[in-house]
Amino acid sequence: MKLEELKFGTELIKRGFASMQKGGVIMDVVNADQARIAEEAGAVAVMALERVPADIRKMGGVARMADPQIIAEIIDAVSIPVMGKVRIGHMVEAQVLEAVGVDMIDESEVLTPADEEYHIEKTKFTVPFVCGARNLGEALRRIDEGAAMIRTKGEAGTGNVVEAVRHMRAIMGEIRQLQGMSAQERMDRARTIEAPAALVAECARMGRLPTVNFSAGGIATPADAALMMQMGADGVFVGSGIFLSRHPERMARAIVEAVNNFDDPGVLARVSRGLGEAMPGIDIHTLREDEVLQYRGR
Amino acid sequence: MGVRIGVLALQGDVSEHILAFRHALDGAGGVTAVRHAGDIADLDGLAIPGGESTTICRLVDKNAMRRPIETFEGGIFATCAGMVLVAVAVDDPRITPLGHIDMTVERNAFGRQRESFEADVPITGLDAPFHAVFIRAPAVTRVGPGTTVLGSVDRGIVAVRSGPHMALAFHPELGGDTRLHCMFLEHLQDTG
Repeated sequence: MKLEELKFGTELIKRGFASMQKGGVIMDVVNADQARIAEEAGAVAVMALERVPADIRKMGGVARMADPQIIAEIIDAVSIPVMGKVRIGHMVEAQVLEAVGVDMIDESEVLTPADEEYHIEKTKFTVPFVCGARNLGEALRRIDEGAAMIRTKGEAGTGNVVEAVRHMRAIMGEIRQLQGMSAQERMDRARTIEAPAALVAECARMGRLPTVNFSAGGIATPADAALMMQMGADGVFVGSGIFLSRHPERMARAIVEAVNNFDDPGVLARVSRGLGEAMPGIDIHTLREDEVLQYRGR
Repeated sequence: MGVRIGVLALQGDVSEHILAFRHALDGAGGVTAVRHAGDIADLDGLAIPGGESTTICRLVDKNAMRRPIETFEGGIFATCAGMVLVAVAVDDPRITPLGHIDMTVERNAFGRQRESFEADVPITGLDAPFHAVFIRAPAVTRVGPGTTVLGSVDRGIVAVRSGPHMALAFHPELGGDTRLHCMFLEHLQDTG
């Protein structure tokens, strides 16, 4: 078989990669040691970044792509996929991460946006992208730009699951509404939410987003993770919730088991015991508007 | 009462396998998601889907499923991560395989996600090549005497059969072609 007969970076390969993550936990890590702990605990992938979102909040200033050296060290340390975050609209950070060898790029509102008008044209890349969304319109615009996976935004770095719940409920509810609509009503709705009509019709037909949809932004305990799974998430991202907790190894393992057994309260009770303190949380209502990350990238 | 197929539902692309088998069975049997050890023994066939092999391996043990799968008497249909798990030997100490098929498997044999590819692979027993999707795929580096090679690419063996079991490095559950699922069901009937 000749190399030129092979096809790389197709939509099937990109969305297929996302499908392999289903039922899994993707954990934020800032160095190779944390990546090994995450892999050992059963993470399906790690998200390599310079600081977890809660620390990005504390630091302030401009949050950028991590040092490629750190990402390369994490890639060498584990056998599971490694993802990396780039600023919204920063196609060069994305080119750099693709060259370093990350398996998926998160075009993330957790970093400071580089472009306040446009997202990256993701179809041009060989590696797949995941993007955040608060509602169906945002999700379908990102998919139209080439995102192979969606994660509800929640509010990263707060340890407060309320926004993750709000966004998952919004997307699921909007899809349920579409299913009860006539074709004309759906066309009208597509215009209202500024989403491509074909993708709107696809959601109505499938009863879900056409890509994998994870939950993110505020998951801090096994019960939080199971809550998002019961609400229909295909899996979860845990950012600050693991390595800012008292016992990261235990928390990581417990969240993996909680996602696997999300509808079994007996297992959830067992894995939730004796974990020590979860990460400190923030009441969303105390944030100033410019501190709310989910408003970035509509 | 038709054929009973279960898809190991610990992590990975479970729903894609369920749909593909439902299509392949065409009403001649049932497909269920297998989440508990007690669900395994009564099945005729068990599919182990794609996903992360380190994660699935860990969850097999956490859910006390290792013994029931090892002693399962039906056929196993394993794809990608599943292929890693059903080998007798894997190149990576992070995986303790289940050992259904006498072969050695190398994880991520083709590279990272940017090296993932689609290709037409000739498969013994199919009249036209199978359009296969390889995602961070493994490859078989050695097969034992009881293992038949069904398909290969440059860098290794990517499809094998052993008794009622089949293992594939790629993802027949993605892409809508159910000929390999059908082949597995036919083998089940021949050997069962």
